[in-house]
Amino acid sequence: MPERIDYWGIPDTWGSPNFFVYPIIGLACLIMVIRFYYFARLWWRVGRTEKRWNRLDIRLGRLIKYAIIQIKVLWELYPGVMHIGLAWGFFIFFMGTALATVDSHFVKILHGYGFLFYKLVLDLFTVFFIVGAGMAAYRRYLQRPARLTLRPGFTYSLVLIVLIVLGGLFTESFRLAVEQPEWAWWSPAGWIFARLWMATGASTQTLTTWHLIIWIIHLFSVALIIATLPSSTLNHIVTASLNVFFSKIGQPQGELSPIAETDSGEPIFTSSLKDLSWPQLLNGDACTECGRCQEACPAYAAGTPLNPKQLILSIRDALRKDGNAILSATGKVQPLVGEWISEAELWACTTCGACVRECPVMIEHVDSIVDMRRYLVIEGHVDDLLQEALSNLGRYGNSFGKSGRARAKWTKGIEPKLKDARKESAEYLWFLGDYASYSTSLSDITLLTAEVFKSIGIDFGILYEGEQNSGNDVRRVGEEGLFEMLAEKNIETFGKCQFETIVTTDPHTYNTIKNEYSSGNGRYPVLHYSELLDKLTTSGNLIFTKKLDYRVTYHDPCYLSRYNNVTISPRRVISATGCELVEMPRHGERTFCCGAGGGRIWMDEGELEVRPSEDRIREAVALEGVTIFVVACPKDVTMYQDAVKTSGLEDKIIVKDLIELVGEAMELTPSGNAQ
Amino acid sequence: MNQDIYTVVEHLQGQVSDISYSMLSAARALANFTGGNVIAVLLGHNVEGLTRNLAADHVLYIDDPKLAEFTTDAYLKALAQLIGEKQPRAVLFGNTSIGADLASVLSVRLALPLTYSCQSISENGQLTSQICGGKIMAETPLSDLTTLITIIPGGYKPEEGQTTVSPPVTRLESPSLDDLRVWLKQYFEPEAGDVDISKEPILISVGRGISNEDNIELAEELAEALGGVVCASRPVVDLGWLPTSRMVGKSGQKVKPKLYLTMGISGAPEHVEGIADSEMIIAINSDPTAPIFDFAKYGVEIDLFDLVDVLIEKVEEAKG
Amino acid sequence: MNITAILKLVPDLVEELEIDDKGTGLDMDWLRLIINEFDDHAVEEAILLKERSEAEVTVIAPDAEGVDDVLYTAAAKGAEKLIKLTGDFEDGVNNHALARAVAHVLQNIQTDLILTGVQAHNDLDGSLGPLLAEYLHIPYAGYVSSVELNNGNAVIKKEYPGGLIGEYEVQLQAVLGIQAAEEPPRYVAVSKVRMAMKSATIEELEVGELDLSGGPEISRMFQPEVAERATMISGDDEEIASQLVEIFKEIGVL
Repeated sequence: MPERIDYWGIPDTWGSPNFFVYPIIGLACLIMVIRFYYFARLWWRVGRTEKRWNRLDIRLGRLIKYAIIQIKVLWELYPGVMHIGLAWGFFIFFMGTALATVDSHFVKILHGYGFLFYKLVLDLFTVFFIVGAGMAAYRRYLQRPARLTLRPGFTYSLVLIVLIVLGGLFTESFRLAVEQPEWAWWSPAGWIFARLWMATGASTQTLTTWHLIIWIIHLFSVALIIATLPSSTLNHIVTASLNVFFSKIGQPQGELSPIAETDSGEPIFTSSLKDLSWPQLLNGDACTECGRCQEACPAYAAGTPLNPKQLILSIRDALRKDGNAILSATGKVQPLVGEWISEAELWACTTCGACVRECPVMIEHVDSIVDMRRYLVIEGHVDDLLQEALSNLGRYGNSFGKSGRARAKWTKGIEPKLKDARKESAEYLWFLGDYASYSTSLSDITLLTAEVFKSIGIDFGILYEGEQNSGNDVRRVGEEGLFEMLAEKNIETFGKCQFETIVTTDPHTYNTIKNEYSSGNGRYPVLHYSELLDKLTTSGNLIFTKKLDYRVTYHDPCYLSRYNNVTISPRRVISATGCELVEMPRHGERTFCCGAGGGRIWMDEGELEVRPSEDRIREAVALEGVTIFVVACPKDVTMYQDAVKTSGLEDKIIVKDLIELVGEAMELTPSGNAQ
Repeated sequence: MNQDIYTVVEHLQGQVSDISYSMLSAARALANFTGGNVIAVLLGHNVEGLTRNLAADHVLYIDDPKLAEFTTDAYLKALAQLIGEKQPRAVLFGNTSIGADLASVLSVRLALPLTYSCQSISENGQLTSQICGGKIMAETPLSDLTTLITIIPGGYKPEEGQTTVSPPVTRLESPSLDDLRVWLKQYFEPEAGDVDISKEPILISVGRGISNEDNIELAEELAEALGGVVCASRPVVDLGWLPTSRMVGKSGQKVKPKLYLTMGISGAPEHVEGIADSEMIIAINSDPTAPIFDFAKYGVEIDLFDLVDVLIEKVEEAKG
Repeated sequence: MNITAILKLVPDLVEELEIDDKGTGLDMDWLRLIINEFDDHAVEEAILLKERSEAEVTVIAPDAEGVDDVLYTAAAKGAEKLIKLTGDFEDGVNNHALARAVAHVLQNIQTDLILTGVQAHNDLDGSLGPLLAEYLHIPYAGYVSSVELNNGNAVIKKEYPGGLIGEYEVQLQAVLGIQAAEEPPRYVAVSKVRMAMKSATIEELEVGELDLSGGPEISRMFQPEVAERATMISGDDEEIASQLVEIFKEIGVL
């Protein structure tokens, strides 16, 4: 009966290999643990405390899903297969070794068909691993995609792991070549090599010697990889797993945490490593430098100084360089914000969340960026345009710097007057947002929205001058105090109104009201107009009289799709109007930001190589036969209408708000536009 | 007390400022009401030559090396004595960095009433001041005491205060100008720009409304097509998008082009002050309520992206 | 070195202004007040000076709706002392009266340099700075855009039309009318103002009966008729551009 043999081919004169294998590996492990502790302690000793030990069940689930199965790594085919080959191969070898240890010292389990199956699995994963390693080498040395950091550390790791796996394969093949058992085909890869050695006609003695040499190399390379793990790129096996395990729980993506406070209740503004929480520091060490965030980032694509990958690595590098100096309070420490991470990098972020979504190891870039922005705001380091917008928001409750009394000016001419939700109860409270209220170029669309709501017979009211900017982007700019002030005012106003559901056309407003406003007993029920229209068409309460025959594409707003998973409703509404929807390559939750989010719309645009919005329009124009670019966000109307003009594509595509399709399918024209 | 209207003539670096001629024109309107003479008062050193074009019935001047350059302290001493002695019906100052520094102090020193920011003077001697950024007008009567008045630019045309007939001139004794507490150290000339926008006949002027720096290029292209140059309001210069030499308005240049085409300029009083002498103002702005449309002859309410490219094309076509 | 900045609130021009029933003043019910823009620069310049040289900054403002917030904002920027003058300031603008009241208060406050905005958009009887300087019998210079301290004197830059700048030396004590601070007024985060509200105190000084003499005697206040508005050119881009080109030709620039 086939069974596993301990330490085959090690000369008897050496005594039991246990006496040197375990010490060597044990020493390597000890070195690893000490070295690991030496830098990992910086997380909790430099960083702020934060509770991440709750809900261990969910955390374990995430660990399995993201760190072991690696679901997010697989989102991209080539790097996914490549990494799975390497990683799963290694897991299997690790478990194989563990089983062998059990078999050797505790219970004899590896015999008979179980043993053969064990051999087969290990062998197949060896093949799978080698395919992965080949793909990695091709990618790193020939394909060389821009998003990868091509530093020697990766070569070291790749060479070492290949050496270990080949070491394992070759020792096995030499053993098979000597023993030539009947079941050799259960180790197909090993047997192929064994046949190769046999074909050379080498003697049993020679084969055994070769086996011994390779076995020793294998042993020492394993020891080396263990001992050097904390300083090698393989460190991510541990740090990324920890990062996944300790990732944020119980908070929707669209909800930012308030500013952290000291024990005595003083706010902590993040300017140095000390001000970051330990999971934020862990983020830096967990980064695998895969560059998926960089590739998805609109700010990076536009040529701004921001590269989300580099930003996270700056945290890592800062911690490695300054962490000990901070602990011992000696030596020179470079400030994190201003030196390691520039103000320009922080301001370039649109908070679109693409980086967070793409990150396979659940790094939370946007949270750290907003934390550091909060520091810049409290220090008054904001550009002139942003300062003007924030001052206006503080004073007038809108970024336009217009009187609050002029907020409902667009309703002038609508007869009878729209319900004032503060005075009369209404089923829906329509929260317009600044752009829909004040932007003169959007007033036609706002009027049409009112007209659509009226003709469907929706019972709705507006807040007139009682509405303030919702504060979504104020918060993401880092002006937390102003966000609180705006939210308090709106919540106070809501308190005076009788309504069932809030409806808004603005995804930013939608996000903050849904995820960040608290009514005292939970969150407010809020619908995006696309959801409301979807509900009405699906239930048969909204019937279109005209069938549109446009070929259109739809741009998902970040705060609707990525942050709140609303992707189906707008599509169903578009289909209901009769339009044919053609998807852009980047759609749904993987949409591409227009460039206006996170308060960018208020800031000086600066030097850009290419505007994200123009990039997006070109993506749409490349779709065959598509002539309409449908949006579902007032800011998008402005952003993309500009982009179409500045990129000179007016004759190729036009930008339409979803409501314009709906209005046309209902055969409505904007009325109340008498002036 | 006599019925004469005194005008404190402003001059800088050997040149009478335009506001002085506007003030003389205003002084004439007021003198018509009081029945007195228009008297120009000139303080300085070697300034007799500056009296030539002043449309006044008489020029009084004080020549003293200590008055050679404007300083509040020396000018105040000289004027306090002169006004105290002559007791005219009114004294006009420019509402400028010279006149405004003087008028308020004299109002306290001589205990005389002061009317600020006067834009026009009615036939019955009512002084109309423009306040609140031009949104409010306030009328004050001419007091029985010597009334101090500051005149804002733009209300009266400088040409009407100029003459080719040199008025009679009298030199007055300078009072003792010792113990001065303010003194000039040096002048900094405005950055020499590549162009002098105050002399350019065609100006394309950009304001904050152009939203981003790239659009300056668009303006430059249009300017090039028309053979003009680009200038701007203060916010654009403060953002560093154009040099100070291109700034139009209160603390920038006063311009008098044949064509002043504005893009994204809202028309704040500080800016409008610098463009009053433009022959033709055309305003492009997306906000139909922008005050600039009150000053422009023609207006276009449109987002400027839409238009400028087409306009450049048409201009090129027209040039053939 | 002690620096005092004087600020006052003025009607916010973003809001619609209304004339009162008597027709001689603004309807206070409709007014929303905002810091005089130039005073904001004066406070900023005071803070900048303090940051460059050891100085203590006192900010003084007459009472008005919302003035506490403005004073706390100044504290959040770095002002040490806040003083609110209480009294009957409601009755329209009278800079003579205000200047006398401030001058009276300043007799008991040690100060070397007084900064205030060069003007306010509702000044009718002169600007606060020069009036105050004369009541205190100290020198004044206005339209100042830069201040340096030098051996007990201030070296200032004064703006003239056309971009000319005069550098002057002014003997202290003096009042300076600030046209623009060397840096635009900084942004103060809302939470910073809220913190200042907890940590700073506003000292209230009663100024007693105001002496109104010298103030404006307004016989009528009115809103100007909308000036002859521009002839609006409309149509699509092509049409507008063509019309503009016609105008260019007419006036001979093409």
